[in-house]
Amino acid sequence: MYGLKKEWEIEAPARECTLEDYVGAEARWCPGCGDHAVLSTVQRLARDLQLPPEKTVVVSGIGCSSRFPHYMKTYGFHGLHGRALPVAEGVRSRRPDLDIFVVTGDGDCCAIGAGHWIHGIRYNMDLTILLLDNNVYGLTKNQTSPTSRVGEKSNTQPHGSFFAPLNPISVVLGIANASFVAQTVDWNPPHLYATIRAAHEHKGASFVRVLQRCPHFSSHVFAPVQEDFSQMLLMESERGVKLAEPIRGMFPRTLEHDPRDLSKARELADRTDVYPIGVFYKNDNASRYDTVTQQGLEITRAEKMAAINGMLDRFAVQGRN
Amino acid sequence: MSSGVASGTKPQIITEHVIEIISDSGEGAQTCGQMFADLCARNGNGIWTVEIIPAEIQPPARSRAGASGYRIRLGSKPLTNAGDYADLVIAFNEQVLYSRLDSKALHGGTLLFVDKSWAENPDPGIRRKYNEAVNEFRERGLVVTEVPIEQECRKFTDDPRKGKNMWVLGMLCATYDFDPSAVGAEIAKRFARKGEASVKQNQALFTDGYDWALENVALRFHVPPHESTTPMVVMNGNQALALGVMAAGIEVCSMYPITPATSASHFLASTIEQTGGIVHQAEDEIAAIGFAIGCSYAGKTAVTITSGPGLALKTEFLGYAVMAEVPLVIVVVQRGGPSTGLPTKIEQGDLFAALYASPGDVPKIVIAPATIEECFHFMITARKLAEDFRGPVMVLSDANLATGQKPFPRPELRESWLAPPVDQSPWNPEVPPFAWDKETGLSRRPIPGQRGGEYVITGLAHDEESHVAYDSQINQRSMEMRSRKLAVLRSALKPPKVYGDNTGDLLVVGWGSTLGAIEEAVDRLRAEGLKVSSVHLRFLSPMEPGLKEIFGRFHKVMTIEINYSDDVGQPYITEDSRRYSQLAQLLRAQTLVDIDCWSRVPGSPLPPGVIEEQLRQRLTRRES
Ligand SMILES: Cc1ncc(C[n+]2csc(CCOP(=O)(O)OP(=O)(O)O)c2C)c(N)n1
Repeated sequence: MYGLKKEWEIEAPARECTLEDYVGAEARWCPGCGDHAVLSTVQRLARDLQLPPEKTVVVSGIGCSSRFPHYMKTYGFHGLHGRALPVAEGVRSRRPDLDIFVVTGDGDCCAIGAGHWIHGIRYNMDLTILLLDNNVYGLTKNQTSPTSRVGEKSNTQPHGSFFAPLNPISVVLGIANASFVAQTVDWNPPHLYATIRAAHEHKGASFVRVLQRCPHFSSHVFAPVQEDFSQMLLMESERGVKLAEPIRGMFPRTLEHDPRDLSKARELADRTDVYPIGVFYKNDNASRYDTVTQQGLEITRAEKMAAINGMLDRFAVQGRN
Repeated sequence: MSSGVASGTKPQIITEHVIEIISDSGEGAQTCGQMFADLCARNGNGIWTVEIIPAEIQPPARSRAGASGYRIRLGSKPLTNAGDYADLVIAFNEQVLYSRLDSKALHGGTLLFVDKSWAENPDPGIRRKYNEAVNEFRERGLVVTEVPIEQECRKFTDDPRKGKNMWVLGMLCATYDFDPSAVGAEIAKRFARKGEASVKQNQALFTDGYDWALENVALRFHVPPHESTTPMVVMNGNQALALGVMAAGIEVCSMYPITPATSASHFLASTIEQTGGIVHQAEDEIAAIGFAIGCSYAGKTAVTITSGPGLALKTEFLGYAVMAEVPLVIVVVQRGGPSTGLPTKIEQGDLFAALYASPGDVPKIVIAPATIEECFHFMITARKLAEDFRGPVMVLSDANLATGQKPFPRPELRESWLAPPVDQSPWNPEVPPFAWDKETGLSRRPIPGQRGGEYVITGLAHDEESHVAYDSQINQRSMEMRSRKLAVLRSALKPPKVYGDNTGDLLVVGWGSTLGAIEEAVDRLRAEGLKVSSVHLRFLSPMEPGLKEIFGRFHKVMTIEINYSDDVGQPYITEDSRRYSQLAQLLRAQTLVDIDCWSRVPGSPLPPGVIEEQLRQRLTRRES
């Protein structure tokens, strides 16, 4: 299978996985939290694609959103604040056979994990990265996030956020070797599903920003968008996401956008009058670091021993030749 | 290629010599030293080498502190340390020698060969400085010979900065009675990349240096080689540990560059693909360890290699690996601290950081190789311990081991050293991911791909199922289980061997690269009839058993370390206020024995003579 060595071989699944096979512990997010919708979408996607639960790994950092792996019944890695990506890259580095999802929050990804974020996008390893962006620090109770809007009050900036928010989509589109960049919303399950599915299908680091409601600290931020669909711009493409009717018809504003067009993607990302949703950018030819890190998996133990013996020969001082 | 003319002087037979080649940085003294050391090792001599490195890539020329070079202790018998004062020094300029004098590497009697071209330099300032220095060295008792190094090199090259080293190599070969015929081929290998003309030029420089010394230097030495039938290899500690990484079957080295650890990764980067592995240069040390942990979680073996400041950044993930029980090998090649400290120099200052730097209780295995050979073998031990005890294993090396070269018996590789293939067989879903054995705390872990073993690993407090649990009893119990593993390992360890008699007046305790120097000092004192012994610890967490009992058999116990401690008698420093060196503090806490210490932070290895002097003082203090 995939030309992999024996240790990776699996038997063709003669089983049918149901939704329950992906449902882990009961989610402890607040009622009304957008994270629930993302969770059930990923569970449905796994079921629809029949991803073997034992071959699926969900890696996260720390935050409300990062509790995600606990609520799946696959393998999971609930790691450190900001550090989901390096871990996921390590998992991927020698395991071409796994399906890997990364779940991160706006503090986790865009503040403490910003360095890893930039490089993770550049490495372009095959990972489905979901940024659950609620514009606020949820778990630690309402502190300003890098994506908080100017003037948003929080417990650390009670007079309102000082800085212009960082736009995660614009940031990622500015990183060399980015290969898949999309945006969706937690409150439209068909679009959420279609976007995550397209991200999962893409081979490389697929970055999806999910606009996510926090019922406690930032409900007012996305509530108007949820109520008024004209605040969203549906980007459509055969190469990206295309919704079927009647869902499509709910969006008064649509735009045909070819995700191969990087400068158009950047222009769309920078729009402040609407939230464009769909696939901004997709490049199937970006170089993938995992093709490098997975080299040598087929080397046998005998070959390893021979190679090391050869190296030791170079340091030998007997024989005085 | 050599003229082969035997000079009139017959070589003097000696058992050992300490040689230094000192230059400005970028003049190739290290290449010369390495090649000469290699020649000695191939000849069957014992060697121990030290790189003398300035902190900058290229500090200003002729600066007092800018010494770059190589020390080789050459002997008939195997050697375990860099020795005391240099017997013979070749210097490309006179200014760089001041720092060697300051670090007490030279003394009256040292034979000094210095390039005399500076005496004719067009710059009167340089001429004056040269003459002053040479006079001063003579006054201090050094035996100075002025050598026309540059002048001779100019016969072959317009840029003598690039030629002096091979000329000096020739000089050394003549002085130490080595057969020059094999060296031509070595030079060809070294300079092959630079083309045929460069090879020829360097061979000519070598021959000229050789011939010049035969004709002009009255002193010649012969250090008879040590006859041995054991196949040997010669390398430095970082090369040894890199080879150990591969021999252990570790397939990923995830790192971020930091001196003096990086050369191990350089070596791996150029070799590990032959064993099917990779080197990942991460965006920082946090990512480097995170990547390694991800690899290991997925069933693959990984190492992360760093030095002090990198260790500081890794501590949060280190705690994670303890908490979530992820096998991982972490190598820390110590350098001088704190902060950026002495980046290229030697210190044993990270013992506490290795043991305690993460928040909370982080019981983990910490081992310290004491020799270059152990740098190789401890990697195999570390990989195995990490897997069996399900957690991080820290290997504490240091700059002394990392850059020193010494021959050791060639390891006989075993397939059992290689990590086993990843287990992908179904997991019994009845067995939780942390099925801690009640007695030992040990458990096996499911690996992604194992059907039935699906679990979520977490750094949060968790129960056997790896479910987040804030329950106080579960927290108490899981802490017990993680700590118990160390006691279990300790129960399997043997008490350390005492070097010297089992009882006596003074016992010296050391760890890491000071082994050879401590034992040599002990030997010298024992030869005088003094009752001194030593023990050297390899396991620092858990500690080897039986220490208290061993300590009880000596009147006095002290540690010798290359880290900071207060000296009683300095302002404000009393027996009560004094801060002990790190191992001494640990041993005092663990054994309740009143253990003394002597430690220094010179940035260089402690010479056996200096240790000898301290031990002698402690002994006489006891008698008085
Ligand atoms: C090193 C470290 N610093 C700080 C924290 C505390 N902390 C936990 S979650 C979090 C922010 C979470 O915000 P975000 O990433 O936006 O996720 P959300 O909870 O909103 O889903 C912080 C600061 C931590 N766990 N570790």
